[in-house]
Parts: sequence; C-alpha cells; structure tokens
Amino acid sequence: MIHLAYLLPLLPLVGGSVLAVGGRRLGEPLAGWLGTGTVLGSFVITCIEFAALLGRSGPGGRSVVQVLWSWIPVGGLQVHVTFLVDPLSMTMALFVTGISALIHLYSIGYMHGDPDFPKFFTYLNLFVASMLLLVLGGNMLITFVGWEGVGACSYWLISFWFQRDSAASAGKKAFIYNRVGDVGFLLAMFLVFEKTGSLDYRVVFAHLHAFGPASATAVCLLLFLAAAGKSAQIPLFPWLADAMEGPTPVSALIHAATMVTAGVYLMCRFNPMLALSHDAQLVVASVGAATAFVAATIGATQHDIKKVLAYSTVSQLGYMFLAVGTGAYQAAIFLMVAHAFYKGLLFLGAGSVIHAMDDEQDLLRMGNLRRYLKLTSATFAVAWLAIAGIPPLSGFWAKGDVLDNAFAFNKALWAVGLVTAALTAYYLSRLMAMAFFGDERWRQAFPTPAGVAAASAGDAGAGTGHGTPGTATHGAGHGVGHSGEPHEGPWVMGLPLVVLSVLALLGGALNLPWHPSWDPLGWLTPVFGTRLFDAHLSSSTQWVLGVVDTVMALIGLGIALPLWTRDVQRPRLEPAFLRRAWLIDTAIDTTVSRPGTLLARFAATVLDVRIIDGAVNGTARLTGMLGSGLRRAQTGFVRQYALGIVLGMVALLAYMASRVWM
Amino acid sequence: MNLLPSLAGMAAAVTGHLALPHIDYLSILPIMIMLGGAVAIIGWSSLLRRPLDVTWVTSLTVLTATAALTMSLFQWYSVLHSGAHTHIDGAVVMDGFSVLVSVLVTCATFVSAVVGDSWLRREDVRGPEYHVLMLVSASGAMTMGVANDLIVVFLGLEILSIALYVLAAFNPRRAESGEAALKYFVLGAFSSAVFVYGIALVYGATGTSNLPQIADFLARNVALHDGLLLAGLALLLVGFGFKIAAVPFHLWTPDVYQGSPTPVTGFMAAVAKAGGFAALLRVFVSSFHLLRADWQPPVWVLACITLVLGAVVALLQQDIKRMLAYSSINHAGFILLGLQAATARGVEASLYYLFVYSFMVIGTFGVISVVAGRGDRDHGLETYRGLASRQPWLAGALVVLLLAQAGVPFTTGFVAKLEVVTAAVHGGSTALAVVAMVTAAIAAFFYLRVGVLMYTPAQNGTGEDGDMAAALGGAAPSSDDPVLVGVGEAGSITVGALGSAPPVPAGAAFGIALCVVVTVVFGIWPQPLTAFAHHATLVLAP
Repeated sequence: MIHLAYLLPLLPLVGGSVLAVGGRRLGEPLAGWLGTGTVLGSFVITCIEFAALLGRSGPGGRSVVQVLWSWIPVGGLQVHVTFLVDPLSMTMALFVTGISALIHLYSIGYMHGDPDFPKFFTYLNLFVASMLLLVLGGNMLITFVGWEGVGACSYWLISFWFQRDSAASAGKKAFIYNRVGDVGFLLAMFLVFEKTGSLDYRVVFAHLHAFGPASATAVCLLLFLAAAGKSAQIPLFPWLADAMEGPTPVSALIHAATMVTAGVYLMCRFNPMLALSHDAQLVVASVGAATAFVAATIGATQHDIKKVLAYSTVSQLGYMFLAVGTGAYQAAIFLMVAHAFYKGLLFLGAGSVIHAMDDEQDLLRMGNLRRYLKLTSATFAVAWLAIAGIPPLSGFWAKGDVLDNAFAFNKALWAVGLVTAALTAYYLSRLMAMAFFGDERWRQAFPTPAGVAAASAGDAGAGTGHGTPGTATHGAGHGVGHSGEPHEGPWVMGLPLVVLSVLALLGGALNLPWHPSWDPLGWLTPVFGTRLFDAHLSSSTQWVLGVVDTVMALIGLGIALPLWTRDVQRPRLEPAFLRRAWLIDTAIDTTVSRPGTLLARFAATVLDVRIIDGAVNGTARLTGMLGSGLRRAQTGFVRQYALGIVLGMVALLAYMASRVWM
Repeated sequence: MNLLPSLAGMAAAVTGHLALPHIDYLSILPIMIMLGGAVAIIGWSSLLRRPLDVTWVTSLTVLTATAALTMSLFQWYSVLHSGAHTHIDGAVVMDGFSVLVSVLVTCATFVSAVVGDSWLRREDVRGPEYHVLMLVSASGAMTMGVANDLIVVFLGLEILSIALYVLAAFNPRRAESGEAALKYFVLGAFSSAVFVYGIALVYGATGTSNLPQIADFLARNVALHDGLLLAGLALLLVGFGFKIAAVPFHLWTPDVYQGSPTPVTGFMAAVAKAGGFAALLRVFVSSFHLLRADWQPPVWVLACITLVLGAVVALLQQDIKRMLAYSSINHAGFILLGLQAATARGVEASLYYLFVYSFMVIGTFGVISVVAGRGDRDHGLETYRGLASRQPWLAGALVVLLLAQAGVPFTTGFVAKLEVVTAAVHGGSTALAVVAMVTAAIAAFFYLRVGVLMYTPAQNGTGEDGDMAAALGGAAPSSDDPVLVGVGEAGSITVGALGSAPPVPAGAAFGIALCVVVTVVFGIWPQPLTAFAHHATLVLAP
C-alpha cells in the first residue's frame, strides 16, 4: 500500500494536463469537478497511505523510500526520483490534499462564470501536484522541483486576472521575492552535495559528521533564506500582501494553508542539521518572533479584508518559525495544521463575503453582515475565536504549545510572542467588528473610491470597479449591487466552510496536554527524535501559561470589539507607518530597486550594446565568413564532390603511410 | 574437431554438392520478415489489376515492421538468457548490439511508413514501391547490424543503398528529386568501390574477411604498421565516412537531403546513418581494436571537422532541409565521439545517440513534410514565420524536436550528448569534447532560429531573424543552391499558403506525435533506454 505514494502527485498532474489540453472542451462546471475529483482521489490515497504507515512499527519502519527511476546519473551526481514516505511527509500530504480538495470544491462556486474557469483549475491541479512533489520528495532536488513548481503556479494564480495591472505586477513581485529565496535553496544544495556527495535526505542525514559548525550554520541559514522567501518572513514578506490580488480561493489555498508552509516544512525536514547549529536556531526563532510581531501590527491597520488576513498569515508563520527555532518541531507542525484549518476558513469566509458584496474588499464599506450571511458569519466567528486563542478552540492549544516552548527556551522571545497573541486577538476582532457588526455602511452612497484609496495608501487592492472578467457575471446573480442585499453563495461554497469550522473547532484535540497516553502528534517523534526540544514545564506552570494566554487573548478581543463596532473611522489607531507595512517596500525600493535599475540601465546601454553585442556580432561575422568560405566547396557538381572524397581518401592514406614509414 | 568440417568438405568435393552451414533462423528472422513483407506486398500488388490502395500498403508495412520488432525483442530475450552467438558459419552475429540496431531500424521504418503514407496521399503517388523499397533498405541496415564479416557488411551496405537511391528519386514531379538520386547513386557507387577495395586490402593483409578472425589475426601477429592493412583500414573509413556523412565525404548530403522526398530524407538520416555507424562501430571497435592507435587520430580529426563544419555551415542555410542536412552532419560528428573513444562506454553512447536521434530526425522531417504543402516545395525558412499561430500543435512538436536536437535537458537529445561527451572525456579526448560542446552551442542558434520564427507573427517582416541574418554578414539570399529552385516560385507558394492551415494528415500526425512522445518521455525518464544501450554490448567487447 505504501507504494501507492507515486499516485499522490500523479493524479493532480494528470488532471492538470488533461485540463490544460481539453479544459475548454470540458467547460464549466465539468472542468471544476474533474479538478476536484483528482485532488479528492489524492486525498483518499493519502488516507490509505496514512493508515498503512500507522500499521507499521519499529524505529525505521515508518520511513519508507520509494525509488521510481534514476533521473540524473552523471558521475558522482546520482539523483533518483524518490519519494520519502514518513510521518512528517504524510502529515503534510494529508492536510494539503484535504484542504485542497475542499478549496477546489469551493472554487467551483466562486469562479462560476469566469471565462477562464478551466484554466483556473488547471493551475490549481498543477499546484497541488507540485506541492505534493515538494512534500514527498526523497531528495533535495525533487523537493526543489516541487518548490519551483509551486512558485510558478503561485505566479500564474496571483496574476490570474492579469488584465488588471495590479494583479500582473503582484504576480511578478511574488515571483521575484521567491527567486531571492531560491538562491538560498540552490546554494544550500551545492553545499550539501559538496560535503556529503549526495542530495538524498537519508544519506545526507547519515553523514552529518561531514559538517562542521560553520558549514552547518551556513546550510541552515541558506535554507532559512529559501524558507523566508516562500513563507514570507522578514525581510521577504511584502509579496504575500500583494498576492491577495489573486482570486480568493487561491489566497486560501496557496497563501494561507499550503504553499507558504513549505518553508516551515523545509526547516522541519532539516531538523537534524538545525540541531548542529545553535546560532542558526536562534536566528530562525528571532526572525520568526519579529515577523510575528511586525506583521500583527501591520494587520491591525489594514482596510482590505484580505490584506488583514494576509498579514495575519505572515504573523502566524512567524510563530511557526519561532517554534522551529526553539526546536519545538511538533508544535510547529501542530500550529501549521491548525492554522491551515482556521486560516483556510477565514479566507473562504472572506471570499464568501467578497462574493456576496459584489467583489467589495474594503472593510470600511461592510458592516452588520451577520444579518445577511448567517452561515458565513457563524463559521467565520469560529475561525476568529480559534485564531484569537480562546479555549478550547484549536488555536489556543496550538499557539499555547508554541509559547510554552518559547517560554522555556528564551523569555524575551516568549514575551514578544505573548504581545503578538494579544495583537492577534485585537486585529481579528477589529476585522470581525468592521465586517459583521456595526452599521450597514454598504448601504450608504460612498464618496468616490479615490478618497478611500488615498487613505489606505498601501492597499491598492481590488475594490469595486476593477473590471475583472468574472465581475460582470458575479454581479448578475449575487452581490449587493443594485439588485438587493448580500446573500450566501451556492452549497459548494458553504460545505467547505462547515467542514473547516468543525476542524478549526476540534483541531486542538490533535495535541491535548491532559493525558500522556493521548498523543497523536507523538507519531512525528521518530522524524525529530532527540532533537525535539523538551520544555520540562511542570503541570502548574503550563496551567499558569495557559491562563496568561487566555487573558491576553481576551484583552485584545475586549479592546477591539466594542471599539471598532462603534466607529470605523479611527485614523489615530492606524498610523501611516504601520499601514504602509513599516515602509519596507519603500526601503527595498531605495536600497535594491533603484541601484538595480541604474545597474541594469548601464548594462543595457553600455555593456550590452557596446561590448556584448559587439562581441556577438563579431563572432557571427567571423562565423559567417568562415561559412561562406566553406560553402564554396558546395558547387553542386558531382565531379567536385567526388574530388572531395578522393582528397579525403588521399589524406587518410598519407597519414597511414606516415604511420608505416615514419 | 576439425575433422568434421573437412570431411564434409571432402564429401562435397566428391559428390559435387555444396556443404551448407547450419542456419539458426532466429538470428536473421527480423531481416527475413522485413524482406518477406516487401516481397509479399509487391507480389500481391502485381496480381491486382489496379494499384494497391495506399492504406493497405501502409498497414502491411506497419504490420511487417511490428512483427520484425517483436522478433527483435525475442532475440533480445535470447541474448540475455543464452548469451551472444555467431551464426551461419560465423557470417552473422546475434548480440545485444545487433538487436538494438534491429529495434532501432524497425522502429524507424514503422514511423517512416506512417509519415510517408501522408506524403504519398498528398502527392498522389500510387503503388506500393515506396513502402517496399523502404522495407528492403531497412533490411540492408539490419544486415549491417548483424554482419560479422566484411563481405556481409558490404552486402548490407548495398541493399541499404540501392533501395535508397530509388527512394531518393521517388518524386516524379520534381526534377530535383531525380537529380538528388543520380548524385547519390554516382557518389555512392564510387565510395562503395573504395570500400570494396578496402575489404580486399584487409583480406590481403590478414587472409580473412571475418571480423573475429581479423581480431584474432591481429592478436597473434605483431606485424606493426602493416602498410597493406592500414591502407585497407583507411579505405574502409572512406566508405563508412560516405555513408554516415562525415566531412569531407559529406558533400552529397545537402543536395540529396534537399532533393529527396521529405519523409525519405528523414528515413535516410535515421536508417542509413544507423546502418553505417553500426557496421563502423563493430568493425573498428571490435576487430581493429588493437590498431586503435592507428585509427583513433584520423577519426579524431574527422570528428572534429565534421562537428565544426556541420554546425557552422548550417548557420547560413535558408532552406530548412539543407539546414537539417548540415545539422545531421554535426550529429554524425557527435556520434563519432563514441567511436573515437573506442571503449564499451563509447559504443554504448553512440548507440544511444543513434537510437534517439532516429526519432528526432524522422519526426522533424515529418513536420517539414507537412509544412511543405502539396508538391513538397516550401522549405524556405520564411515558410515557418508565424507557423505557431496557424498550426500550433505542429509548431509545438517541431520546437520540441528541434530543442531535442539542440540537446536541451528533459529531452533525449540532452542525455545523448551528455553520454557521448562523457565517453570522450573518459577516453581521454577532452579537447574533442570541448569542440563538440562549442559546436552544440553554435547549433543551438539555428535550431532556436526556427523556433523564434515560428512564434513571430507573420506580418512582422523585419523581426529578430532579420537582425541575426544581418549579423551573419548578409548571408540571407542563398546562393549555393545548385538545385535552382525558383526562389520566386517558392515565395509565391509561401504567400499562398498563409492564412489557410490545412489539417495535419492522420498518418503524419501519429508519426510525429510518436516521435515527440519518445523524445520527451525518455528525456525525463532516460533509464530504460540508457539501460538498453548499456546492455547492447558487442560480442567482441573492447
């Protein structure tokens, strides 16, 4: 059964290929159902694999390598296409396929009427295939293929509505930021190969003695650069907010639940290496904590519903890296899974709101939607309480786990995490209040969008009026527009909300601290082994920390909810510095983009035209002259061709004669 | 031990009967099937009053090729389980090498038959001769693969060539076709004479034409630098060099490739090269292995000038068939790298290269045949401008096949180039490997140029290509066209063909798709083919 692993990426790959070739012919909604079906198939197979893996035991029994074929057999570089089936990859595969299947289903409703409906599902399927390749890869190169694959699909999906300039440039931005990270991945691969002569995870981790402290730190930091690009950590996070230009299911699937967790996965996979370098651990944990805090402060000031969620994702990813840095890999995975549930739910809920509001994303123009979107607001509320950390929802347990470990590891990092927890509760309650409580601001005739756009500077978002191809049809059937009040989408959009809210509610059961025998996440232990950080916290300390977490969450919630329900115009609480994401875009623009542009201009006008083109044209002219000379031999006369043969023959005979007589 | 044959010989002398050697039919079964199929088709059609329908002929040819392929796989099984053996009094051999050549040639025949089917329909050429000649020619190439005696090599060479001469002339409506055939024939006969003379000299020096016995002779006699033998070797090299289009024996190639019907060109490039290289590799690497110090340097030079000339002159061509003719010369240079290495690894690499090149080149000429339109005339590079918008699938297939020829990763071409270059480096010819890779970079230009043209909109007259042509010293108007195709005429047809995109005929589409699939699938998953080539060892391994 284990050897069905190859089907996991294969099914969506085949689905994506079929859709790419015949998607138009299948049309809507068949293309969507095909896409959903292949991912659902992968999910079912993952469940089977999972069960099969559970049935095995022993220390090495739960780590199976499936070798498919030899891919690059070049001298010392022997790369096989292999899949590594172990508790870590299966956990990832399980939630990736599960959530993907739900979001595919949701997209059938959300993308209804879009002229590029089949193309959307092509990309989604290819994305899932790449993600599974990334997760299951048995060596760094296969993982890298998946890594690049998800990057490419992310690019296509962010700029899916490429007719909008903002979407097109957001796609480019995401791609370029990710390239910076990819450099880290590549260099790490080179370094690992140089030290161990292999890229295979099992071989590399069996030869850890080849790494000194310096080289281990280098590999870890390079990998962390890659992870920071993919998982939007400081300083490579601004792309994720812009990525919200993509259709909302994309934001939910790729930029909340799956792809952005790839960085965390990578660091978890390399936990034996990370254990060799305390410096790298400290860097990872510090950057994670800092990102969590910074992104939370930005999230607290945004007006675009999806941007709030985007920064929230960045912040939560920061928590995960904090956990990774402290060695609490299980806590990181636990938070990743729980986060996938509630953040997927938040995005899908936001999508439902946007869908109902006729593609309106500005929180200032929402309000009191709980009266109209009953299902959405109920499920959204579950996710809200979960992420805020209210017991007994999943977020409380997951975040608590991370913070407990941070407490034992380093008090300063723990303090940052705790403040961020309060901020988290604050900004989501703010979102909740602005969207679902308060006045029905969408009824008012609003001043021109220009004023709001200016106010919310950074959020060059997709407010109304951006002519997406899907908008026209959306407006016809749903939405507030002129046709009445907002209402819920079709059942395909509702079902994923319900399923995810149940998961967000109960996900905490994955790792409850009450009884030692209840330890489902313990099955990850073989992957991390002794490298797992042991917090050694007494039961009473854990209780106290839990209460502190809850109090912080309640503080954030208690401040934000009444405040933002009463009035949404509070510019003093939204300083421009925070609204514009700590000016990081401006900083990157001055330090990187402008010098880069100057350099490029110099290269284009001076280097390329004068030197490179000159050399190329010179070579071409030389080759051309050589060729015309040689071409003279090609006269078309048979006698001269025969002469050519004779001359060749004479030359050969002369050479042979020289061998005999000289 | 020796008593029995001599007794038989005496008995034969006494009774006046010939003593027939024992024949193991499995060893020559694929060849017999190919020839038998050819005879059956021509025999059946001669019994009919009207010409046999092309559908029937193609089906029978495909069936024959498939049967021969199946038998080749049986041979493979036999070789794997009971080892390689010589048969028919040592005249032929059945080893992994010969089986791979059989598989290659039958596959090439299969694909060429379906591609040729579309050509025959379009040009309205009736009769079964096209397919019959192809089967016969293929059987010649397979004979060269199994040959274990210089005389058998020569037999195969002639069976292969004579059928090809006729095939080259197969378009009665184009004068160039006849001209190409005549040139090919005259020069082919010339080089065959040289080849036979080479056999005679080798026989004179060693007293045998049997390949293992030659090797045996060389191992037992340390007659260093035997002039007679070395001269024979040189003449053999000339004969093979002609067949594989190595410089300077290549001069016929551009004219013949351009003049022949396009599917024939593809077949010629694949099968004639395969047959020639098969015999060349076997004769030089296994029989004359001990003399490698004598033949490696000239082969080094041949490979070097073949690589360079093929790549450089191809740059200047404005006719895609001539361009690909030079490109095939460049490929021959690459395959020579494996011979020059004179190692088992080199043979393996050359075989792999031949195998995957066959699919690339037949597919490429299949596309060209379709694009050329009725009359098989439009071969100017300008015809390809904007092809992607008219026939996206065809253009896509051509891009893949050309990229494979350029040696781009994820295609079989990449692995092929990698293998031969690795073999050359391991054989100690690093300089030659460097030359090869430089020519690969040059060659990439003219492959990519076609790709760029196809994706350049038709109305954009002075595009990228204009600049490049200008950079190449204004070599745009082709002046070396000996086959005086009216440029204006070709141009007017080009203009006429714009806009309307005829559907790709089924046969050609199938053949091209097959080639593309093989090229891409085994580019991503090279293991089966490399393993096949790895086990396809010569019975007399170096």
